[in-house]
Parts: sequence; structure tokens; C-alpha cells
Amino acid sequence: MDINSIRRQFPLLQPNLIYLDNAATTQKPQVVLDAMDQFYKTSNANINRGVHKLAEAATLAYDDARKVVQKFINAQKSHEVIFTRNTTESINLVAKTYGRSILKKDDVIVLTILEHHSNIVPWLQLKDELGVRIEWVDINNDGMIDLDQYKKILADHPVKLVSVSAVSNVLGIRSPIETMIELAHTKGAVIMIDAAQMALHERMDVQKLDCDFLAFSSHKMYGPTGIGVLYGKENLLEKMPPFLGGGDMIGEVTTNHFTTAELPRKFEAGTPAIAEAVGLRTAMEWIEQIGFDEIQKHEQSLLTHILDILQRATVKPVTILGALNPFQKVSCISFTLDGIHPHDLTQLLSQEGVMLRAGHHCTQPLHKRLGVLASSRLSVGVYNSAEELDQFAKLFEESIHQLDGSHSAARSA
Amino acid sequence: MDLYAENILDHYRHPRGKTSLENPTIEHKEKNPSCGDELTVQLIINNGKVEQIGWSGEGCAISQAGMSMISEELIGKKLEEIDQLEPKFMHDLLGVPVGPRRIKCALLALHTVKNAVRKGGGEKERSWTEMLS
Ligand SMILES: Cc1ncc(COP(=O)(O)O)c(C=O)c1O
Repeated sequence: MDINSIRRQFPLLQPNLIYLDNAATTQKPQVVLDAMDQFYKTSNANINRGVHKLAEAATLAYDDARKVVQKFINAQKSHEVIFTRNTTESINLVAKTYGRSILKKDDVIVLTILEHHSNIVPWLQLKDELGVRIEWVDINNDGMIDLDQYKKILADHPVKLVSVSAVSNVLGIRSPIETMIELAHTKGAVIMIDAAQMALHERMDVQKLDCDFLAFSSHKMYGPTGIGVLYGKENLLEKMPPFLGGGDMIGEVTTNHFTTAELPRKFEAGTPAIAEAVGLRTAMEWIEQIGFDEIQKHEQSLLTHILDILQRATVKPVTILGALNPFQKVSCISFTLDGIHPHDLTQLLSQEGVMLRAGHHCTQPLHKRLGVLASSRLSVGVYNSAEELDQFAKLFEESIHQLDGSHSAARSA
Repeated sequence: MDLYAENILDHYRHPRGKTSLENPTIEHKEKNPSCGDELTVQLIINNGKVEQIGWSGEGCAISQAGMSMISEELIGKKLEEIDQLEPKFMHDLLGVPVGPRRIKCALLALHTVKNAVRKGGGEKERSWTEMLS
């Protein structure tokens, strides 16, 4: 893989800008920007609502995008791909349609303590609304999901739904979703995968996984903001009531009644993000061109390198959250430093052009579990290089010296 | 100018007034919800004026330095005066440009102190939204 030729495709990535906040959102390659630009310049019209030539071109572009997504995640049918705004909306869709119509008081939903607020709050809302119960699966000291506890919860409670992230957006650890899916099914529960942090690092094969629902965001995989995906098995989507009501999701409307459109339009009320669908499709084709094998090899070497840098840091011992084995990390590394607040570190780094994220990363329960208020997170993408990490290492030490006041001491020593 | 100016880092590394008082007239704690920074302030009031101040806290350099700085300014001030302090007071103390993402870090000390005074006077505490508007 030629890192320089990849970098050149990202207009935002200038030499003095080191972007290491890819878990929040990735940068976009020129082909994605061009594809959206081209759509607006040549094919823009509303879809499904007219027979003129432009409407036809726009509808075709939107439908084609769905087919590319279908292929990318290996869904059996293209109407099992529902376009949403993002992962958050995809999870809400399932909670507020499947959850509301099928779950009952005292049914149990299983979540893990790793989850992003997006995969917590919609279920807490159901808890308030329906009186369903939530059981939490803990992690061990390495940040790995406790499968024994998961099995026990499945055995002891009337579990109807499991929702789990494929990759933690803080620890960067891949969850044992294959096992979790199989176990959930043995119990007759449906299982939803939050693949927001998986989509850019690993192939998602929904048939092989056999998950019931899977959610991800375009903007975290080199595509535009404003569009996300919900995959659902056809038989489940069929029995769910619609989500939002409005244009495009209806079959027939009278003054006191409506019928719903067939899948996938049943879940896509109103004018969708058409240009963004084109952008997402292009991002997926761009990823396919490089290939996940190459992407993983490269990112793995970056993670090994950064773990090495952080563990060897001499200015101050770095506490890395979760397993230290780089092969258990797939996307990001979060860490804390004694006596240094993550906001101070990341702000100083940002003044030098290095972008990291600080805070609780929308995972307050996980941070509470780990006993830290906030952490700094470094997350890699396909365009990051070992040289950038070396540059980070240098600025990291300088920033700590500055905050600690050990700078002048170090110099005079 | 740099947010991490030498005087700010100096207050952060060597905080002034960061002690615990025996019998405070008022004690009050506030948080910056967006990043978890915390400050607890203790005041001893005499004749409607601040006689002693102590505080504890955890958080970023800006919030902690801000508390250290303001604690030097409050001794002898009347409670009504403190209640009327504007964000500008805090910005002038810090003396560095604070971007929109760090505004609550910068104002946490003022927010804590003002609400401590309101609480002491039996008045309703102000929310962050009221503080910032
Ligand atoms: C694991 C995980 N789930 C869900 C989300 C929410 O994604 P979005 O904000 O695109 O809806 C994120 C992104 O921050 C995430 O990392």
C-alpha cells in the first residue's frame, strides 16, 4: 500500500496537520467529494416522485447506492439496507419500532458496559416507557467482554434483545460478536450490532455474522456526514411498524388511514440524503479498491507503533485503557496521565497541528467503570503514517513538559 | 497569545488558596458537565464580606488556574459585588483568549463562587445557560 498516494487523495490532509481523531469522523477522499459534486451538477432531483428524466437519474443513483451497500455488507437483499442519518438513528429506529411493538414489561435487554451513549440511551428510553429491564455485561481488567457473565445473564433472565458494539470506541478492542450472536440466538433473542467503529477497519458480512440488525455511519468510513445504514433481516423489518411518518413511506393515504410502503421505503420517510448516498457508495468502492487486508495490515502496524511509543514514554508513565496487546486493538488507543487533564494535553497538541480527542467519548458508564473522569484518545485511519506517530511522540513529550513545568528543568539538566 | 500562558501554568502548578477551611459559612460545588471538571469552594463570611476562602477541585489547567486566580481577588469583597461579577471579570483575570470549547473551563470558578454566594443568601442558583447568556 502506498501511503503517500493515499494521502494525496485527501485534500484536508496537509503536511502540518496530523489527524488522529478518526474514531470521531474520518476525512473524505477527493473521489467522494467529486461524486457528490457530480450528482448535484448532473442528476439532482427528488426521487420516487416523478417521471421526468432527472427524477429518474436521481432515483437510479439512490437505488444503485443501496445495492453497493448491500454488496459491501453482503446482505441477501437490497431492501434489507435502510438508509438513516447515522448509527444513532439506526439504533433508535430499532428501539422505537421493534422495541416498542414487540418488547413487553420485564423483558430483558442486554447491553455491555462498553457501549456508546447511542447504544444506551434509546434502550433506557424503552425502560422508562415499557418497563423493560436492562442487564449489563461487564468487562475484565483487559477490557474484554466477560462472556461467562453474558452466558449467565442469558441463562437466568428472559432476554429478548442484545445490543453490543463490535468495536469499542474507547478501548479499540474488537468484541467477540460471533460468539455473542450465536449465544443470543440459542436463547431465541435478537441481536443488534453497533458497527460504527468496525465499518472502516474490517469487512462486515451480515450473512456470515448472522446478526439480526447492524448499524453504522458513513462519516466514520470516509463517506459524507448525514447518512448511515441500518441492516435488518427481512422477516424482522417486515413485522416492525414504520418509524417516522410522511412522504415516501406510505402506500395509500386517506383522511383517516394510511398503509405503509414496502421495504425499504417503509422506513425512509421524507426526502432522503441522496447525494450523501452517492458519496457513501463511492467511499465503499474506494475502500474496496484498497482492500481490508491491506488496511488492516497498515493500521495494525500503526497501533503496534503507537503502543510502543506510549509505553516507552519517559516524561510520565502513561496508563493505557484496556489490553496492551496491539493485536487486540483494532482502531484506537485511549490513555490517561497522572496529574494531566486530557483537555490540556489535546489542546496543546492541537496548537501544534495534532488532532486527538479528549473527554469521555460518549461513554460515561465505561469511564465510571474504569474509574477515570476523562481520557485522551488517539485513533488511526488508513492515511496515517508511522512518521506522523513519531511527530506525535515528540510533541506529546513537549506538551507534558510544558504543563508540568519540567521544561526548563529538563533543559538546564 | 497562548492559552497556556506562563501565569496560568504557574497558578495551575502552584494553586493559591487551595486549602480546606474548618468552619466555612458557605460551601458549594459545581461541575463542568462537558468534561467533568469540578470545583468546591468554601467561604467564611463576616459582615457581608468574604473573610476567608478555601477550595478544592480537579480538572484541566484552565479551570484550576481560574479558581486559584479568583481566590486571590475575593477577600474583602461584598457578597452583592460577587453576585454581580460578569464573565468579563474572569476573562480579564485569565488574560488569554479562550475559545468557545473551553469557555466553561474558564468560567467554572466564577460560576462556583457566584452560586456559592447565592446559596448563602438563600437565592436560587443560576444554571450554566443563565451564566453564559
Ligand atoms: C461505537 C459507536 N456507536 C455509535 C456511535 C454514534 O455514531 P453517530 O454519531 O454517527 O450516530 C459512535 C460514534 O461516535 C460510536 O463510536
